Amino acid sequence: MPDPVTPMFNVQIDGVWHQFPKGTRVIEACEQAGSYVPRYCYHKKLSSPGNCRMCLIEMGFPKLGPDRKPELGADGKPIINWMPRPQISCAQDVAEGMGVRTNSALVKECQRGVMEFLLINHPLDCPICDQAGECRLQEFSVDYGDSKSRFLENKVKKPKNVVLGPRVTLDDERCILCSRCIRFCHEIAHDDVLGFVDRGSYTVLTAHPGKRLENNYSLNTVDICPVGALTSTDFRFKMRVWFLKETKSICTSCATGCNTIIGTREDVIYRQTPRENDAVNSCWMCDYGRLNFYYLQSERRLLEPQIRSEGKLVAAHWPIAIAQAALQLKQFSGPEIAIVASGRMTNEELWLTLQLVKILGVELIDIVPRIGAGDDILLSTDRNPNTNGAHLILHLDSGPGASLPAIAEAVNSGRLKALLALGENPIRFGVTPEKLANLPAFVVLDILSNAATEHATIVLPACGFAEKRGSTVNGDGRLQRLNRAVRAPGEARDDWEILRDLLQALGGTDSLYSIEDVFRQMAEAVPQFAGLSLSKIGDLGIHVMEADECPPPPFDPEAADIEEAEAKRPPGR
Amino acid sequence: MSVTVPRPKLNWRERLYLPAIVAGLAITFKHFKNMLLGRTKVTMQYPEQKWDSSLPDYYRGAPALVRDEDGRVRCVACQLCEFICPPRAIKIIPDEIPSNDRFAKVEKYPEEFDIDMIRCIFCGMCEEVCPEQAIFLRKDYAITGFTRAEMVHHKEKLLEIGGVMHGVVLKWNEKK
Amino acid sequence: MDSFLIITSLLKIVAILFLILSMVSYAVYAERRVSAFIQDRLGPNRVGPAGLFQPIADMFKLLLKEDFTPRNVNTFYYWLAPCLAVMPAIITIAVVPFGSTLFGVPMVIADVNVGILFVFAIASLGVYGIVLAGWASNSKYPFLGGIRSSSQMISYELSLGLAVIPIFLLVGNLRLTSVVRYQIEHGWFIAPFIGDWTNPWKWLLTIPMIISFIVFAIAIFAETNRLPFDLPEAEQELAGGYNTEYSSMKFALFFLGEYAAMITGSAIMVTLFFGGWHFPGIPDGSRGWVFGLINIAVFFAKVAALIFVFMWVRWTLPRFRYDQLMRLGWLFFFEIALVNIFIVAAILSLAH
Repeated sequence: MPDPVTPMFNVQIDGVWHQFPKGTRVIEACEQAGSYVPRYCYHKKLSSPGNCRMCLIEMGFPKLGPDRKPELGADGKPIINWMPRPQISCAQDVAEGMGVRTNSALVKECQRGVMEFLLINHPLDCPICDQAGECRLQEFSVDYGDSKSRFLENKVKKPKNVVLGPRVTLDDERCILCSRCIRFCHEIAHDDVLGFVDRGSYTVLTAHPGKRLENNYSLNTVDICPVGALTSTDFRFKMRVWFLKETKSICTSCATGCNTIIGTREDVIYRQTPRENDAVNSCWMCDYGRLNFYYLQSERRLLEPQIRSEGKLVAAHWPIAIAQAALQLKQFSGPEIAIVASGRMTNEELWLTLQLVKILGVELIDIVPRIGAGDDILLSTDRNPNTNGAHLILHLDSGPGASLPAIAEAVNSGRLKALLALGENPIRFGVTPEKLANLPAFVVLDILSNAATEHATIVLPACGFAEKRGSTVNGDGRLQRLNRAVRAPGEARDDWEILRDLLQALGGTDSLYSIEDVFRQMAEAVPQFAGLSLSKIGDLGIHVMEADECPPPPFDPEAADIEEAEAKRPPGR
Repeated sequence: MSVTVPRPKLNWRERLYLPAIVAGLAITFKHFKNMLLGRTKVTMQYPEQKWDSSLPDYYRGAPALVRDEDGRVRCVACQLCEFICPPRAIKIIPDEIPSNDRFAKVEKYPEEFDIDMIRCIFCGMCEEVCPEQAIFLRKDYAITGFTRAEMVHHKEKLLEIGGVMHGVVLKWNEKK
Repeated sequence: MDSFLIITSLLKIVAILFLILSMVSYAVYAERRVSAFIQDRLGPNRVGPAGLFQPIADMFKLLLKEDFTPRNVNTFYYWLAPCLAVMPAIITIAVVPFGSTLFGVPMVIADVNVGILFVFAIASLGVYGIVLAGWASNSKYPFLGGIRSSSQMISYELSLGLAVIPIFLLVGNLRLTSVVRYQIEHGWFIAPFIGDWTNPWKWLLTIPMIISFIVFAIAIFAETNRLPFDLPEAEQELAGGYNTEYSSMKFALFFLGEYAAMITGSAIMVTLFFGGWHFPGIPDGSRGWVFGLINIAVFFAKVAALIFVFMWVRWTLPRFRYDQLMRLGWLFFFEIALVNIFIVAAILSLAH
């Protein structure tokens, strides 16, 4: 609902009177009134240059009588004096008594004309264009354009396949010069690299001399490009968009938790795109997070449970692996066991971890902090998506990572007998591989094989962020939901199921049948989640805690520790 | 709206059924007799006799990829046929044409193009939907194999069946 | 019991068994060819000359198929049912005289004096095969098929039995050889053109005899589950009925049983109404073994002609609805057959 102090204006749209708060763009008002106005250059998060002319409408203001008061018609509403020429709706705010026509004959003629001009030099290469299927030019051509071209002359040749930066490829012939990408770089990414050069029909988009479009937000220009001019080098020619199954999820590459749509086909992730959420990421996300999913398709994926037998890891069935893990952990008393959880785990998994801590009597429990260079736009210095959740659930009062040196020391000195590593590699915080190999029980639950899984006594393959459901609390204290986009490869299982089975094998509860059950149990114990359920979180999340309850760790380049290798595309794809 | 069809009133002769049965038997016997005397024209003896020479132009046989007069594989891997294919018989893996290729301006080509002929229903929708005049239903109809894998036509096989298509629009040659 | 009788009986049994079984397999072939011809097709014509080896190929195919016993069937009865479907049809043929004499040996395996009763007694057992198959399969459609079969058999056996009583009123004896002998002297029941031409009573008797034949023939159709009375195995409604769960040789046995029943039915009809092995002008086997063989050939030619009629009817008429089948059996044929007996009896008493 609009703020009560904001004045409301009466606006007539296509003959019906509506009320809009002051400052509403006419194009937005029309959309809210149900009359969609086509647009190319206008984007609600960017400034309005008004250069595509697609959003032309007829506009008018109340006819004033000699007394400077609006003349009222038979229905008691003002009579509108229509302006003779069409106006662009994207650069105009609503005003009292304004009249708008979005589908009059004049408007339709204008839209038809603009479409014809835009298509004059546009190549007809939709069959190879990656935008086909989500292309505004295609859609509006069908809705507002003509089916035939009257243009007989040769089309203007422009540069094709221009490498604008490491992740963006430009096809200038397809560009309709809307300037969204230029404005994005200037206004959002604060990296002014794009601009138009040359004049008239020969105008082309290009990067400033000596500069490349290589900022960490460059792929957002691909998203907002209404045509196929800017394409993602990564996604280019990989899959047609109409095949992609779209799953609403969140990015887990840093504590921001940008809302995303994961595009998949037949259990292969092809792309991630940002999903609008004004409380988190507006309409954007960073390239780092966007492309950080290839590790799920890595050849290093753990595909089956393994048990160490006579010095070698051999494949085992799940029930046996779980039973063995429980057996190995049960041999030791609480002080002899440590659990290394992860800030990448979901709240549900952390909750089950806490139950493990309780049932085993473990004293040493911590998560591994991940720090990287952040920026003031979206990327957070805390690269763990759920540090706040771990703080809430595991009660890490002395801050995440505080107990890690103690754990490392206990392993290295041989005091510790059993270690349960949940998605983390103990070698990274100072445990020596030799000591790790000497542990009588070293149970690892992870996605990829690494130096530590080599030394494990039991390896339990788990799921990546796109393969499971669950919830996280982002850096601002917003509870958000992960959704399953693809099935886990091989025999890898949902983390929460593995932890639940392990808990059960250790004598814990067996009344958890679904992830909803886990959340329900957790919501009863964690005050911030009280009264919530997974479905109540909704697509946009719920604010559950203040960010300063657990401040993000400061960035220290010395301690910066990002597994960049994981973000790289595996060879052969 | 339901329509009640009134049952016909049968007279005693019809109610006896026997005349109708005898008439039916007479009809079937006539067919039997004509067949026995070789008066009925029967179906074609397939492996020895074939339709091949008289297949109509609109016959829909095996789908195949074609090359144009320049020798270019016309498919640009737009995957519209994969999308439209009712039994989902088509599988395409697209890739980019390297910049040093003579057809580099086309940019995209099918790295793999498989049609599972066990699934194919010869509906011709792929031909109809193709924006590049690259896939055509040819007149091959005896498609056999000993394994399922053999029944998948790969790109090479499809091009072999398709051959060269003359008289198609050469839009990539024109100045765009 | 002398050894001559035993040896000749065994020879006859072996010969007739071989003959019936090969007739069954070629009946299947004939069925396919006849149906094809009626439908303007060619039918099986690939295996051997004119497809004549088709039955052999079919037999090998059926033998080599996986013999599958579904879980949850009653195994004992499941295995017993196919045997019960074949046995009665073949045993019945034992009392049917299929020729006059050959080298002085009567061409009938067992000339029992209660011939027709034996036929009814044994033929009725055929229903057990079907009912057991339906029940033991532990599956819905076979079960429905079995139930349909049992009620159909019971309904039509009445008409079957009543329809032949007029014949035995005339013959005065239940022995099937006597029936043939009577027809040689007085003319076939269906066409009394020989013997005493001038006797008007004989011509009057022809009318109830034809009625008797029609009722008997239709009842035989129903008894052998042939179209238009094949409700127990209606493919479209019951997915094959009682034999749905059977495969390989067990399925083949049901097939065998059906065709053997058809052959037996034809043989009995030939014996009762068409003069058995007799053909006007051809003497019997006492005049030389050639005539004995010709008599046998005449008998089987008649049987083959009737089998053709079976097939012809099958590929002409559609299947009855179940209520129509029941109404026909109980309200129509039963009464006709009953009245028919009285008519014959009345004519006979008036004639004397």
